[in-house]
Amino acid sequence: MELIKGITINHYLILSVVLFALGTFGIMFRRNAIIMFMCVELMLNAVNLALVAFSKMWGQTDGQIFVFFIMVVAAAEVAVGLAILMMLYRNMHTTNTDVLNQMKG
Amino acid sequence: MLAQYVFWFLTFVAVFSAIGMILSKNPVYSVLSLIVTFFAIAGHYFLLNAQFLGAVHVIVYAGAIMVLFLYVIMMLNLNNLQETRKGFLSKALTIVSGGILMLVLIAALNKAEFQAQATGIDTSKIGMVENIGTVLFREYLIPFELASILFLGAMVGAVYLSKKSRA
Repeated sequence: MELIKGITINHYLILSVVLFALGTFGIMFRRNAIIMFMCVELMLNAVNLALVAFSKMWGQTDGQIFVFFIMVVAAAEVAVGLAILMMLYRNMHTTNTDVLNQMKG
Repeated sequence: MLAQYVFWFLTFVAVFSAIGMILSKNPVYSVLSLIVTFFAIAGHYFLLNAQFLGAVHVIVYAGAIMVLFLYVIMMLNLNNLQETRKGFLSKALTIVSGGILMLVLIAALNKAEFQAQATGIDTSKIGMVENIGTVLFREYLIPFELASILFLGAMVGAVYLSKKSRA
C-alpha cells in the first residue's frame, strides 16, 4: 500500500533495514567505544523509522507512542553509558575496546 | 510527486551520512555526520505525518544526545585517537557479515505484502500533539509513569558513576 504517492511501506522498511545493517556493521568495524555507542543510536533510530511507517500504514497512534518510549530509553541509556565510558577512560586512559578486554573470560 | 523526490533526497542523505559516520577517522566528524542522519530521519517523520515526533526527535537527539557525545569527546580529548589496526581478514569478515545481514533482511522484506490497510481513516492527523497526548495519557499512562522512574534511576546512576571519589 502507498504511504505517500509512489512510496510504499516496503521502501521505508528497506531504508530502515539499510540503516540498521549499517549500525551493526559499524559496531563490528570500529574499535572506539564512543563510535560503537553512536552506532547503537543509529540502530535504535532505524527501528523507530519502521515503527513510524507502520503507524502511518495502520492509521494508529500506538506506533508513535512506542517510538516516544524508545527515545526515552535511548536518552537514559546514553546518560549512563557515557558515564561508564568516562569512568573507563579515567581508569584505563583509553576508549579502545581492544585494550578494554579485561573482563574477557 | 514532490513528496517522492523529498523521500529519495532524505534517504540518500541519511544513508550516506551514516556511512560517513562509520568511516570517518575523527570522532567529532562522526558525531556531526550522525546529526545529519538524525535530521534526515526527522524529515522522514514529518513526511509520514508524525509532526510531534519529528520535533521531539530533533530536540532530543540532535539537541541533547549528540551534544552529550560531543561534550564527552571534547572532555576526554579523543579527537586524535589512535585505533589499533585490524587485519585484512577481520575487516573482510566484518563487511561480509554486515552485508549478509542487510541482504537477508532486504530479501525477506522486499516482497512482503501487507494486507491490512488503513481504509477510510484520515492518517494526516495521527501525529498531532492532540492525538499523541490523548493516547499517551489514556492507554499508556502506566508506562509513562514508569519512564519517569527510569529517568530518575538513570540520572542517579550517571551522577554516581561519574563522581570522582568513592567515599
